[in-house]
Amino acid sequence: MHAALAGPRWARHLWRRSLLLRVTSSTLVLSTVVMMVLGFSLLSRVTNGLLSSKDRIAVGEAAAGLGEAQRLLDAADTGLTTPSASRLVDSVVSALAARAGSPGQFDVLLLSSGDAADAPERGTNLVAVSSVPIELRGAVVSSQRQSWTYSEIRFLDGPGVPGLVVGAPLVVPTVGPYELYYLFPLAQEQDTLDLVRSAVILTGVLLVGLLAVVAWFVTRQVVAPVRAAAQTASRFSAGFLSERVRVKGDDDLARLAASFNDMAASLQRQIKQLEGLSRVQQRFVSDVSHELRTPLTTIRMAADVMFENRAEFDAPTARAAELLQTQLDRFEALLVDLLEISRFDAGAAVLEADHVDVRELVRQAIDRALPLAHRLGTDIRLLDDLVGIGAAIHAGVSFDAAFASARDSAPDDDLRFAVNGDARRINRIVRNLIDNAVEHGGERGVDVEVGCNANAVAVTVRDYGVGLRPGESSLVFNRFWRADPARARTTGGTGLGLSISLEDARLHGGWLEAWGEPGRGACFRLTLPRQVRGQIGESPLLLSPAESGGTAADQHVGSTTRKNAGVEIPSVAESSGRGLSQKGRWGMPHGTDHGVTPRRLDPGRWSTAESGGESPGESRE
Amino acid sequence: MSVSPGMATRGRVLVVDDDLALAEMLGIVLRGEGFEPVFCADGAAAVQAFRETQPDVILLDLMLPGMGGIDVCRAIRLESGVPIVMLTAKSDTVDVVVGLESGADDYIVKPFKPKELVARIRARVRRHDDAPTAALTIGDVTIDVVGHTVSRAGRVLALTPLEFDLLVCLARRPGQVFTREVLLQEVWGYRHAADTRLVNVHVQRLRAKIEHDPERPEIVLTVRGVGYKAGPT
Repeated sequence: MHAALAGPRWARHLWRRSLLLRVTSSTLVLSTVVMMVLGFSLLSRVTNGLLSSKDRIAVGEAAAGLGEAQRLLDAADTGLTTPSASRLVDSVVSALAARAGSPGQFDVLLLSSGDAADAPERGTNLVAVSSVPIELRGAVVSSQRQSWTYSEIRFLDGPGVPGLVVGAPLVVPTVGPYELYYLFPLAQEQDTLDLVRSAVILTGVLLVGLLAVVAWFVTRQVVAPVRAAAQTASRFSAGFLSERVRVKGDDDLARLAASFNDMAASLQRQIKQLEGLSRVQQRFVSDVSHELRTPLTTIRMAADVMFENRAEFDAPTARAAELLQTQLDRFEALLVDLLEISRFDAGAAVLEADHVDVRELVRQAIDRALPLAHRLGTDIRLLDDLVGIGAAIHAGVSFDAAFASARDSAPDDDLRFAVNGDARRINRIVRNLIDNAVEHGGERGVDVEVGCNANAVAVTVRDYGVGLRPGESSLVFNRFWRADPARARTTGGTGLGLSISLEDARLHGGWLEAWGEPGRGACFRLTLPRQVRGQIGESPLLLSPAESGGTAADQHVGSTTRKNAGVEIPSVAESSGRGLSQKGRWGMPHGTDHGVTPRRLDPGRWSTAESGGESPGESRE
Repeated sequence: MSVSPGMATRGRVLVVDDDLALAEMLGIVLRGEGFEPVFCADGAAAVQAFRETQPDVILLDLMLPGMGGIDVCRAIRLESGVPIVMLTAKSDTVDVVVGLESGADDYIVKPFKPKELVARIRARVRRHDDAPTAALTIGDVTIDVVGHTVSRAGRVLALTPLEFDLLVCLARRPGQVFTREVLLQEVWGYRHAADTRLVNVHVQRLRAKIEHDPERPEIVLTVRGVGYKAGPT
């Protein structure tokens, strides 16, 4: 597993994805470990068994040989003639060699342990003196007892063989102390061991391989139908509703497949039913639209004719004509909105994407709403370049002049605030938000801001009116919702505006969010991805003044892709960015932060405007 | 063009609509504005009614019994370039585009205000008598403004009055870029922002008639992101 983790990305991916690979390789690893432990213990037991019997025989033989040699030497010593040392040694060695038999069960080495340089040393079959390890010789000499060890038996005329060397001290009369070594070749035992080892390894490898194959087959039997079911499920969810799993046999997997198919059939039925309903609904809306509009056109024209001629009527009739005229406007707006909403409900709303300059749309919407705002004694301010404005205000220029010059000096680059979207729908959202703010914002004006970052363009519309009570920020998007049912409407909105705006934003893959606090006003933020249904990540503008303070009570409505719905914890980068904008607002030269990077609103701006009760620009100094 | 006997009206308008109340109301409004309305309630009879009355403008409902408004529009276009304004209860993209592609010059969505309708109709019956020049040329196309004909190498190209107006509007100031909004104002008579698809569809149709290769226009050029202009004279 660790090896797989350390591997390249695709290997890790494969490891995580493939149950088959995981089971097979786990089986392989575990069975290899088990086979190695088993093999080692088997081999060591066989080796021990083979060698211990050989040892017993060898030690016994050596002891017997030693007795024989000592007897020969003692006999020679008691004899009348004392033979020469070399002849004595020769006779001992040949006698011992005779015991070994013709194929040579062992070899014999008779080595002098004395200092005499001329002490003869003999061995059989050209066995080399170096066959006896120094350590053994030392042990024999110092302990004066029989000792043995394993060593390689070397020959002067051929390759060495593994063997057992048994040594014992021997005293040769007239010559001095000697050591007698028996060298038992273990070639046969080695061959046997080699054979056993290779057999064990071969068996182990075959067994491990077999286990892996078995594991692979068994897992595959389970995984293959699961994979087929997964593939079918993903095709099903991709819209191929008649996709089914093949049911084979009667086992658990077949039952899984069968119940999967049942589920798919039931889903398909329901989807078909819903599609049918949707079609009926669309058809109905279309029919209602036509059937209602034709008489409404006649009524509208009749009312218009009466309205044009109201001077000829008496006062009550003239007033009736006027009322008819204004209420027809409202009725028409309501009809249009209702039809629009039912188009959304029926899933029949189509997005006509084009290149849209959001800031330009916002400017047009403000120009359009200004007469109403002035009539209500309020104002609309567009704050799209705070850097330039802040610097100019610092230099003593009035807000309006600073704003105008900032607007004129801003780079005429319409790509900054450009999105791919439906101009009609974006325009409708912006107009709706601004109209709402003007209507509910009281006399302290409306601040509109446009911001952008790499992924998105945002518009915030902020008013300083009665605000929203807790929980209301999600209710505002409900159809026909009113903050205060008793309050009179000044602009005669249909009550569907924000619901439609929310649907329009959703159609773009964008967000429409609301924030508000009682007495502090409300803020609506529209965030549109640069490309329709593109990733937004983070909105370029802050929704609420509290958002950076960590006590956001705002609701994210319509943020279908939004993950961190709720508090935004200010990061280091964010706070440093705020510091920069603060500096920029008060003293930095023109054009240092030209808004290509996302700019955050300073929370202080809201509170300044709050406490001062003036427009943000005028309350600076 | 046909001259009505009294010469009292500003033009004859054929109203093709099966809704009798609406037709009658349209008649009241049109008469009030000095037009002479004639009526037809059946799509199948609309072409015949057109031939008999020779109107200056046709108001055509999209949904008609007998023969749909789209088919009526196509049938009339086969024999005449008479201005056709569609009355539609649908503002859905597909219907509007299909209507325009079948040959309608303009459309108006129900419910509409009488003033809107009258402005639309006036724009269609308006004559360009403010022409300072008798003839204009763009590329190898010659426009006889007074005679209301367009020709290339002596061969007359059959344009509808609207296409003619559109071409003349562009050709009067060759090289100048007209935004779609300006064209809507100049050619269609809209006073407020309106559906720019109108312009797109009619420019396509105009190109199909006057360009050598409509895919690579040389006379009516697109200025990306802005609008259209007439090519080099």
